Amino acid sequence: MLPDRGARSVPAEARAALLLLGPGLAVITFFFLIPIAASLLLSFTDFDIYALGSFRNVRLVGLANYARLVQDPLFWISLRNTFYFVLVGGPLTLGVALAAALLLHARLTRWKGFFRTVYFAPYVTTLVAVAIVFRYLYHPKFGLLNRGLGILGIPAIDWLGDPRWAMPAIILLSVWKNFGYAMILFIAGLQSIPESLYEAARMDGAGPWTVFRKITLPMLAPTFLFLGVMTTIGYFQFFAEPYVMTGGGGPLNATLSTGLLMYKQGFRWWSMGYAASISFVLFLIILAFTMVQFRIERRRNA
Amino acid sequence: MKRPGPALLLHLLLVAGAVVTLIPLAWMVSASLMPAGEANTFPPRLLPSAPTLGHYGELFTRLDLGRAFGSSLLVAAATTLVSLLLNSMAGYAFAKLRFRGRDRLFSTLLAAMMIPAPVAMLPLFLILRSLGLVNSYAGVVLPAGATILGIFLIHQFARGLPDDLISAARLEGAGELQVYWRIVLPLLRPVLTTLGIITFLATWNDFIWPLIVLTDERRYTLPVALASLVGEHAQDTELMMAGSVLTVLPVLFLFLGLQRQYIAGITLGGVKE
Repeated sequence: MLPDRGARSVPAEARAALLLLGPGLAVITFFFLIPIAASLLLSFTDFDIYALGSFRNVRLVGLANYARLVQDPLFWISLRNTFYFVLVGGPLTLGVALAAALLLHARLTRWKGFFRTVYFAPYVTTLVAVAIVFRYLYHPKFGLLNRGLGILGIPAIDWLGDPRWAMPAIILLSVWKNFGYAMILFIAGLQSIPESLYEAARMDGAGPWTVFRKITLPMLAPTFLFLGVMTTIGYFQFFAEPYVMTGGGGPLNATLSTGLLMYKQGFRWWSMGYAASISFVLFLIILAFTMVQFRIERRRNA
Repeated sequence: MKRPGPALLLHLLLVAGAVVTLIPLAWMVSASLMPAGEANTFPPRLLPSAPTLGHYGELFTRLDLGRAFGSSLLVAAATTLVSLLLNSMAGYAFAKLRFRGRDRLFSTLLAAMMIPAPVAMLPLFLILRSLGLVNSYAGVVLPAGATILGIFLIHQFARGLPDDLISAARLEGAGELQVYWRIVLPLLRPVLTTLGIITFLATWNDFIWPLIVLTDERRYTLPVALASLVGEHAQDTELMMAGSVLTVLPVLFLFLGLQRQYIAGITLGGVKE
């Protein structure tokens, strides 16, 4: 922690700071911080389509929305789907990213810039557009994926129509789209490991697997923590994939995410009080996951 | 090469990975050029029998996707300009100006960065509604007009600027705002480029917020227009692929052109102390 240089205030600079910070902080306060606080308040009200007509129709209902939540089967289904997506998709994304980073970082590798660009490209594409592309790639009859599997002798799968396969299909799209981002940070992490550590290990006669486990992985711990937190936060909010690919959470709600449920309740049925309680529970879950990851990292360091 | 064995294996893996990564994008382009119906044949075709630009023509004439392209461009450009200005002002102030409570305020902001945006969406919609900004471009742009990540990136870069330059300008009688505008802003150019391309791409690709705010189809941005189009035209695979190409290609080219700055930003944002 740096010493608080801001503590020694210079009047002219403080006045300038007020002017320079004002607009940015106003935007963040007005359009982000206040809405977050308001979201908690909203979750204690019965804000619905009538309230949208006149705010006088809003009543405080205490914890009624949360009581409704725990009895809503759709909420539990959405939560299960969301956890499935985060707990399977997250590690898979980071695993593929680490593998790609190791291949790209290897000393023998040539055309590194080319491969890096190719692997990273999906990350900059528009999610809605590539979700539509994957919809066709997943077509049971005409899709390229089943064609490729067919050549290997694997029978056709109804990727987006079968409740068991719809979520894996969405996870596959997300891994393809996002691994490039994590790969870039893993490469940066790998580059920051001093060569002398590797040399010392090799002098001690450690094989490649031991070097990987005893040096590479521990040295990448900060990268893992950052990516773990970012991926968790991002994946818990997944929304556009089921919106575009499975007609809003099908088949049989197999891809209904909590984010999508919140959107439907809030912006399609205008049950904004109820939707706010959904968003707040999701927020608490994300917060808990973030804390646990920081805790694990701290314990590992202790 | 001394050891062709491992090197060969390594490159085979890398090439296989590159092919798998590129297939969806390559097929998207190829299918967009196929005559109607050709993408729905068995076995699936990889290349069009007779390439046609007809679907692109249809997008711009009958489906009016040119308008959505314009909306996307306007929203992304406006958001980029506004947020570059506001974030650079705030990031510089946090990095270089001395005032009470600065570091505490800054770390509070950073902690708030962890809060997922959807939590704010319902009240934000109500606020915009009471301001009469629903279904306006301003309603899409304003909430993204300053971001904590943007302020953080500028701050990280501005911290490294030499203090002498700033104090020299002050000695010559420049006011604080002049120092920011004449001295600091030009020096921030590398990080402004980086933040600019990150913001442009994120805004161009954004879906949920324009979906909520823009209710009139004539104002739809490309992702929203595309998601609505796939409802009616799901069977027209080639047409949908042309729409996807139109949406993806601009950002893909932008990325290829400014790749170095973009990746620098990703790495800078990822190495927080």
